[in-house]
Amino acid sequence: MANIQPIEGEFEPHPDVALVDRVRGGDVLAFDTLVRKYERQIFRIAQHITQNREDAEDVMQDAFLKAYEKLGQFQGNSKFYTWLVRIAVNESLMRLRKRRTGKMVSIDEDIETEEGSVPRDLADWAPDPEQNYNQAELAEILRKTIQGLPQGFRIVFVLRDVEGLSTEETAETLGLSIPAVKSRLLRARLQLRERLSRYFRRKKGFIETGVEK
Amino acid sequence: MTCTEFLALLDDLLDGSVTAETRAELQAHLGRCGHCEVILNTTRKTIEIYRSHELYDLPPGLHDRLHAAIMNRCRKC
Repeated sequence: MANIQPIEGEFEPHPDVALVDRVRGGDVLAFDTLVRKYERQIFRIAQHITQNREDAEDVMQDAFLKAYEKLGQFQGNSKFYTWLVRIAVNESLMRLRKRRTGKMVSIDEDIETEEGSVPRDLADWAPDPEQNYNQAELAEILRKTIQGLPQGFRIVFVLRDVEGLSTEETAETLGLSIPAVKSRLLRARLQLRERLSRYFRRKKGFIETGVEK
Repeated sequence: MTCTEFLALLDDLLDGSVTAETRAELQAHLGRCGHCEVILNTTRKTIEIYRSHELYDLPPGLHDRLHAAIMNRCRKC
């Protein structure tokens, strides 16, 4: 009989699996470890979607509480983090719906734009464009720029490029097909690039040494 | 390869998911198209810059409030 041995390391469980098992066994402190591990990411995702700090705080709390209560339903087919992100995205969209007094809110919002599909600004950027702004100015530019993206592009960019989910995980989390995630990601990246070019483009008369003529 | 074809493969190139053969074709296009080179470099920089700057810090006290809420919920379960 063939001996089917897993290749060493191939099926090594994710460290969260042990923590989830401990929580299921009644160890609430193990859940606190999961909270500490992911609270920043979940808060950021909620803030990017709701664009409102108070809502993002509520979403973060509700998402973790819901995860704690529904841990029994977590199948373990996906990573705990991906499952948690899905809860946070749904909570965020629900929160937006409330703010807009029941108006439909979906991740398909405003994506029928052609902006950014064809790059128009072809100017190169300064060598270290961030150096031209202080930290607060830079953060403001980055926030303003990403806030201007259509919701359906912004969520995909945040999950995929900022928080590091794979294309497959992003698709699963948002209930989108893989081609839809890829198409939105490309357009999100190109739109952001186009908008950031206004701030980061190489100024006329700028030479490689970084000294302006 | 045209610029449109290059653009269609830009994400795969950025994500490192192109075959060696396609990569060579993309490199050849970059060698003769300054515009696509700018688009590749500035798009890569766009991703890097968002990845390396935390735009929203966790508000102070939020962790403690969540911890208290979980402990409260735990007592009931």
